Amino acid sequence: MKRRPPLFDHAAVAVETGAGSLADPGRRRVLKLMAASAALAGSGCSEPPQEKIFPYVDMPEGIVPGDPVFYASTLLRRGYGIGVLVETESGRPIKIEGNVAHPASLGAADAQMQAEILTLWDPERSRTVMQGQRLSTWPALIDALSQRRREEEHTGGRRLRLLTGPVTSPTLLAQIREVLAHFPEARWHIHDASDSGTRAAAAERVFQRPVRTLYRLDRARVVLSIDAELFGPSPDGVRNAHDFMIARRQSPRARLYALESTPSLCGSLADDRRAMSPLEMEAALETMAARLGAAGVAARSPGPPAAAAQGEHAPAVPTVADPPWLDKLCEQLMAARGACVVAPGPSLSVRAHVLAWRINALLGNIGTALIPLEQEGAQPWGGQPDVASAQGGEPIYPSNLTKLVEAMHDRSVDTLIMLDVNPVYDAPGSLDFAEALQHVPWSLHMGLYRDETAHRATWHVPMTHVLEDWSDARSHDGTPSIVQPVISPLYGGRSPHTLASLLATGQTISAHERVRTTWRGLWHEEGDDAFEDRWRTALGRGVIEGVPGTVKQPQGSILDEPPPRRASTAGAPSGDALVAVFANDSNLITGEYANNAWLQELPRPYTKITWDNAALISPATAQSHGLHSGDVVVLTATDAPASVRAPVWILTGQADGVVTLPLGYGRGLGGSTAAGHGFDAYPLQAVQEDIPQRTRVITMTPTGDRHDFARTQHDMDTHGREPARVVELRRNEASRNATAAPPSAARGAATPALPPRSRPPAPSLYPDHEYNTYAWGMTVDLDACIGCNACVVACQAENNIPVVGPEQVSLGREMLWLRIDSYRDETRHRTQFQPMACQHCENAPCEVVCPVGATMHDSEGLNVQVYNRCVGTRFCSNNCPYKVRHFNFFQYSLTDPSSAAHANPDVTVRQRGVMEKCTYCVQRISHARIQSQKERRRIRDGEVVTACQATCPTDAIVFGDMNDPDSQVSRSKSSSRGYAVLEEMNTRPRTTYLARIDDPEAGLEDDDDRKR
Amino acid sequence: MAQLLERYQDLLLKLVLLSPVVVLLVTIATMVWRTTSPVEAGVAVDQPIPFSHKHHVGDDGIDCRYCHTSVETSASAGMPSTGICLSCHAQLFRDAPALAPLHDSARTGKPIRWNRVYDLPDFVFFNHSIHVAKGVACVTCHGRVDQMPVMVRHEALDMQWCLACHRDPAKHVGPLDHITAMRTLPPISDTEREQLLRMLQLEDRQRMTDCSTCHR
Repeated sequence: MKRRPPLFDHAAVAVETGAGSLADPGRRRVLKLMAASAALAGSGCSEPPQEKIFPYVDMPEGIVPGDPVFYASTLLRRGYGIGVLVETESGRPIKIEGNVAHPASLGAADAQMQAEILTLWDPERSRTVMQGQRLSTWPALIDALSQRRREEEHTGGRRLRLLTGPVTSPTLLAQIREVLAHFPEARWHIHDASDSGTRAAAAERVFQRPVRTLYRLDRARVVLSIDAELFGPSPDGVRNAHDFMIARRQSPRARLYALESTPSLCGSLADDRRAMSPLEMEAALETMAARLGAAGVAARSPGPPAAAAQGEHAPAVPTVADPPWLDKLCEQLMAARGACVVAPGPSLSVRAHVLAWRINALLGNIGTALIPLEQEGAQPWGGQPDVASAQGGEPIYPSNLTKLVEAMHDRSVDTLIMLDVNPVYDAPGSLDFAEALQHVPWSLHMGLYRDETAHRATWHVPMTHVLEDWSDARSHDGTPSIVQPVISPLYGGRSPHTLASLLATGQTISAHERVRTTWRGLWHEEGDDAFEDRWRTALGRGVIEGVPGTVKQPQGSILDEPPPRRASTAGAPSGDALVAVFANDSNLITGEYANNAWLQELPRPYTKITWDNAALISPATAQSHGLHSGDVVVLTATDAPASVRAPVWILTGQADGVVTLPLGYGRGLGGSTAAGHGFDAYPLQAVQEDIPQRTRVITMTPTGDRHDFARTQHDMDTHGREPARVVELRRNEASRNATAAPPSAARGAATPALPPRSRPPAPSLYPDHEYNTYAWGMTVDLDACIGCNACVVACQAENNIPVVGPEQVSLGREMLWLRIDSYRDETRHRTQFQPMACQHCENAPCEVVCPVGATMHDSEGLNVQVYNRCVGTRFCSNNCPYKVRHFNFFQYSLTDPSSAAHANPDVTVRQRGVMEKCTYCVQRISHARIQSQKERRRIRDGEVVTACQATCPTDAIVFGDMNDPDSQVSRSKSSSRGYAVLEEMNTRPRTTYLARIDDPEAGLEDDDDRKR
Repeated sequence: MAQLLERYQDLLLKLVLLSPVVVLLVTIATMVWRTTSPVEAGVAVDQPIPFSHKHHVGDDGIDCRYCHTSVETSASAGMPSTGICLSCHAQLFRDAPALAPLHDSARTGKPIRWNRVYDLPDFVFFNHSIHVAKGVACVTCHGRVDQMPVMVRHEALDMQWCLACHRDPAKHVGPLDHITAMRTLPPISDTEREQLLRMLQLEDRQRMTDCSTCHR
């Protein structure tokens, strides 16, 4: 890849520091600046500014100055709640941790949750009510809205529409019900760009009502992910990862298989993965359904006539005729009957989802490893009439975006309220929402940013961030929790509840009062005291104890009815056409986090691309089109004049003939960080039968242009050094000879062990260190790491790590202390992730080369970096074999008020010219040490939890005192899978790794023709 | 041999050769200036209210912890909230002009803007509670505030001074019931000191002087 010229190429820094004019200084300008600074140097001599102390006027109860306070609250992901604890320092939220009590978190948090702090403090969030392009005020909006209400009241709201994202909040649902009761003719529509809706449509076809799937992967012995981002940034991603790892650690070891169009986190963890297009997946599902129906259920019991019926629908597509791996897969699933999961993803058709339901039913998984949940506010597709029932207590079913756009085109919408959605940007291109919006005379957009939709709506109201006002939400499994604000609105936003109440009743009401009213009604508590008690408990714990959703058992018809026939062969690409698959970006999801610099600079798990998205293609596809990574192509739909210009990235493991288009980029508005990066794939997206399609047949034409990507890892080859090692699961002979190879055969599995290194520990010329008190150490279990990046952002938030911008990243100057290395294992055809931070070596190569003693070994074994001593020679980084040290080439750290406000006050904000690196969260060690010293005891095991460890959904990271033989880390270190990276360098790292376990019997095929 | 350089060229050359020395001196001067504490020891700092520790501590005998509430529990000793001041001054000296900022603060809800006297560099992380718990008396660092009509910094707070104590803490600690006492401690016997040290369980010198103890 061509490198950018380094000279004066610090535009990113200039943007970060707000000094945009420094981006490209000419010679004259440099001279002028030099003269000016020389003059300033003479005149500007004054003392450092006098620091002020601002004590409280009235000290709030329970606050100790200098000590953080944690509040339980809830973050929203696609409307679903995920419980968190928000660390606040003197009233400023600075860090987010998971809430152990909340079922969607269990103490862990993903990258987006960690990054939510940055969004909260984002100074580019919308601050003022806008009427078109003019500044306006909240009272003016109230007047305008009241007038609209009066006009709509005449017709019962026939021309009034409400558009929201998915809603689980009991309060907001009640308020929407009030709106619909007041305006019986009004309609409520839901738009969710992150989901195709095929899953929901299939579930509705199966159960005759809106139903969602709750996975219980901890109960699963075999999991088959079919383009399903089980561990991705979804409302249940953290929980799924946690649950699956429980099953994985048990004996017999749970198995994971992945059929996917593009490498996902599931694919890296899978015992076997197959790359294929969504159509091939559907064919595979079809074959499986037939196979399981014939061999399994029908043989065991008289069963439903489904088995016979399915025979007729045997594979229609020749691409996956009857491969042997599918046999093995079916065998595995049959052996784990009742404890396996077949999880289809959003790129699959409704038909494929129905097939998956059928397979799960045949395997008896429904109700055990996979639970259908009915939830209010879910979106009906097709089956239900487009009517919103407004009777109190009855579930209300919203309509979809397509119906809304049709109505807008018919000019039958006069008033459109858009709550926290951005359809002008993220609606499928074939709907052309922006054009439809022009036909709506009065539209109101409420959102965090003044984004694309805000600019085209007649009114825009800034919305409060979820951590700024009261609300409530239900988690993926239906558990309700309160959204507790941790700071009053920073930029004058208004709560969606206030707007909804204004719409329903014409009165503004505080969100706090409204949420309490909801729960007073739901709890039926007698008396105020009982309610207050329960309310306080709910706030303190961060969850509300109660019945989590209604469990709906599948009806008989699920197996009776033949699966819908394949619509036509139109979905299959012909000739040199390709299939485009739209995928949620692993960082920005669908674009709502586009102005979050932490997520922008977070390297994607497989491509390591930052600040950008790329059209992902396989090496074979690239070869047949004569493309190289970075070539810009035009992707054109074959059946419509829609096209998108995008740079390609060649990704091993991508399905041939499939172009994956990550969503969320190509923003024009919505903040300076959001705008101007990547390409927007939405214009290519189409809608069929009201369902936004996640695939489209396209042609790819090279343009001859090139695009440079800012990446953090350029070589995925290990060059034989084995940084990420693998150990094979061995079984004793008895179980090996047992019949077939179902998972139960693994019961006799012996603990896998790495072969001992041939060389004994080499002697060192430096004296050994002695540790009398504590010896801190860490292990990272590569068998548990899913590469989700949560730890990277957690580290960034905890340690005040700056972002540097794409230009600096392409110069290799990214600052992330913790990175996830990806290594391609060609023998096993998969990618292994490896979290890599400072290894805190006993014989640290960095320590001996520092001329000023700025990097030192402390008495507990930490390799400490002393910023105030560092003079920036960078010798240490040069001598570090792990390349985990980062140098502040510019003043990357921001010191503007909003950045300073969310900085961790326990960690130094580094200035230009100093080296920095992982400290093992020394501030947390210090905190625990001081606490234990005051209580005159030792630090307990588990008392020091590093930021990365705390947020890890799979508990892959263990930290503690190695001097304590009973500590978790000591036990982990004694594992036979343990090894040190680059052991041959004799650096004796404090961070060691546990080798990934490879289960050879779990593979689906002999080694002859395994696909990538 | 003919003269190579004119006189003025000669001068220029000498000046050029001298310039590194000048640059070096200027650099040293700048560095010294930049690393000097903003507030010298013993210099009074203007405050919005001329608060007298001499009066409150010396004359009235108010304990340090009455106002600096979190000194035993937190890194920060805590500055008294307006409410704490008003617990007396709602009654006493209500009309004193000097207390106008206090009543303004109570009325408007805006905090009093005190000027910091003890200012550590931002890369130093000092924790009051552990020092108090280990027997370092207030007077050790803050001096006899009961004799200070205006608060002044008692020590220059340079690293050498911190280390002097951290290298040999046994000499600088006292019994825990005398922490806030505003007098130099009476000398204690060797056995008493031994007992005291056994109780305090001070960390070893290596740990106390590790960089990571104060810098993060």
